[in-house]
Amino acid sequence: MATKELDREAYLRMLKIRHFEQAVSALITEGEVAGACHSSIGQEAAIVGACMALRRDDYMSGTHRSHGHPIGKGAELNALMAEILGKATGVCGGRGGSMHLTDTSVGSIGESAIVAGGIPIAVGAALSAQVRGTDQVALTFFGDGAVNEGAFHESLNMASIWKLPVIFFCENNGYAAVTPATQTHGQPDVWVRAAGYGLPGICVDGQDFDAVLSVTQEAVTRARCGSGPTLIEAKTYRFDEHCVGLFINGSYRTQAEVDRYKSERDPIKLFRTRLLERGWLDSDLIDLQARAQQLVEAAVEFARNSPFPAAEAAYDRVHATQIPIRR
Amino acid sequence: MNNAKTARMTYLDALGLAQREEMARDETVIIIGEDISLYAAGGAYGDIDSKRIRSAPISENGFAGMAVGAAITGLRPIVDLTIANFIYLASDPIINQAARLRSMTGGQVKVPVTYRASMWHNQSNAAQHSDRPYPMFMNVPGLKIVTPATPTDAKGLLKAAIRDDDPVIVFEDNDLWAVREEVPLDTDFVIPIGKAVVRREGSDVSVISVAGCLPHALAAADDLAKEGINAEVVDLRSLLPLDAEAILTTVGKTGRVVIADYSHRTCGAAAEIAAIIAEDGFDLLKKPVRRVVTPDVPIPFSETMEKPLYPSREAIANAARGLM
Repeated sequence: MATKELDREAYLRMLKIRHFEQAVSALITEGEVAGACHSSIGQEAAIVGACMALRRDDYMSGTHRSHGHPIGKGAELNALMAEILGKATGVCGGRGGSMHLTDTSVGSIGESAIVAGGIPIAVGAALSAQVRGTDQVALTFFGDGAVNEGAFHESLNMASIWKLPVIFFCENNGYAAVTPATQTHGQPDVWVRAAGYGLPGICVDGQDFDAVLSVTQEAVTRARCGSGPTLIEAKTYRFDEHCVGLFINGSYRTQAEVDRYKSERDPIKLFRTRLLERGWLDSDLIDLQARAQQLVEAAVEFARNSPFPAAEAAYDRVHATQIPIRR
Repeated sequence: MNNAKTARMTYLDALGLAQREEMARDETVIIIGEDISLYAAGGAYGDIDSKRIRSAPISENGFAGMAVGAAITGLRPIVDLTIANFIYLASDPIINQAARLRSMTGGQVKVPVTYRASMWHNQSNAAQHSDRPYPMFMNVPGLKIVTPATPTDAKGLLKAAIRDDDPVIVFEDNDLWAVREEVPLDTDFVIPIGKAVVRREGSDVSVISVAGCLPHALAAADDLAKEGINAEVVDLRSLLPLDAEAILTTVGKTGRVVIADYSHRTCGAAAEIAAIIAEDGFDLLKKPVRRVVTPDVPIPFSETMEKPLYPSREAIANAARGLM
């Protein structure tokens, strides 16, 4: 992809995530969405920077904060929004919901609401690519909370010994739900943990799209040519609460901190400035924003107009080779 | 290959043969487990490419989850968890990922992974190596569970598990490893998952055998025959799905039921079988259902405490006598 085209697509995907999350939050407020929703607002550059380094047929797994990842990987919005509304036309037929958006057509192989659960899945996809002799790679998104799970450590070690084509991508937004990483990590940096397993560890400004893209491209190149895995830590920030609508009685972060990130470290604003410096016209960027907004509005319309699944659908698609289901 | 051809081999050899045949038949089959390369060096997997044989670090949680990722992207992994107690370390990816991803993704993926777990009971290995944990996984929709009780079934059910497009746990019985019989050499010999088999016809009482209880059930039937009691022995072979039709058929025939099951009494496999009979076969019963199971105690080390805990020939025969 030429630089201009890549920048355009990246900016559009970041805006799609932003507007998509804003629309979901509004739908929650209006009572149209059931269950927990976790917004990716503030983390768009980390997500899209990582995804733009991948091919469509590369694999990606992620987390309960699952909306941004498939959008970043290039998924269509309609089926994602319909899934969040629990509709039959949802990408998972209404069986997965907000925390589990999966679109295998773009290499999105699952978002896990078990913290760190998606990490071994990506290692397995990388193993699969290696055994089948393809040059696909796998990238797994996880948060700072996940690095204290055993699955993270076991995965880094196995990927290292077998030189698997996998990129471990930590979106370190500083907080595991409402607990600061400073209270749960023996030292503040995730990337240094790579050294313990003999793989490269990279730290990057997760609010800087260009920087994220660049380090991820290097990691992907390494993985594709058989040189093994990389751990990337993107320092980013979650603008919203852990969960949309979650009321936290007590302070785990200051309003001044949140305001500072929103005004000075908004990844979309930062990328917009960068694009203007590169000669993009303001009107072009406004058009892209309108395009993103229009796609999201169409997705909401599609989701609202879609039917809910029949109760009987719960018994479908449980097995690939059907067995009797006892009721 | 000649379907009639057989060879005499042990339960353990039959498992190895099943694995070798499937790895030779389908290059997407890989094996992951601890100490695997040692067996590969001994030729246990034939001349299979070493990239398909992954001698894993002691990371059950990690490699059980890795196998799920490999399964949804085109491979058919066999995960050898060795001792069944270790499945608890792997239970998160088995339960939260393998069993659910097909449903949770709306059918976008299939998860053809086989987990092998060998139950090392009755051998003085104490409570952390002696479990028979199949009932816990019977409560997990999305999984399939098979429990071979003969060398022939070890081969046929493991092959069926590997070829199945869903996650299957094979609970093997270490106590049967050395049992020998003639095993079919047909490389396409598979035993269908979910189908029970009547091992011995009878009309007076049914012994429904779960997993490795089969030899004890058959021996008990021999003893009962000498007393003029004709026991029917049904080997369930699979626990998920349970062959409810076979269970109700034998109950209809005899009206008297003993369930022999190595799991603990509370919420064990026998409890579910008894519930099926109570709900759908109550009118067929002449006497209450009897369960011969392992009491609800951790398995002790010393054999004088361990051995009397499990279902035995005597306990099964006594339970049957009590129903006559």
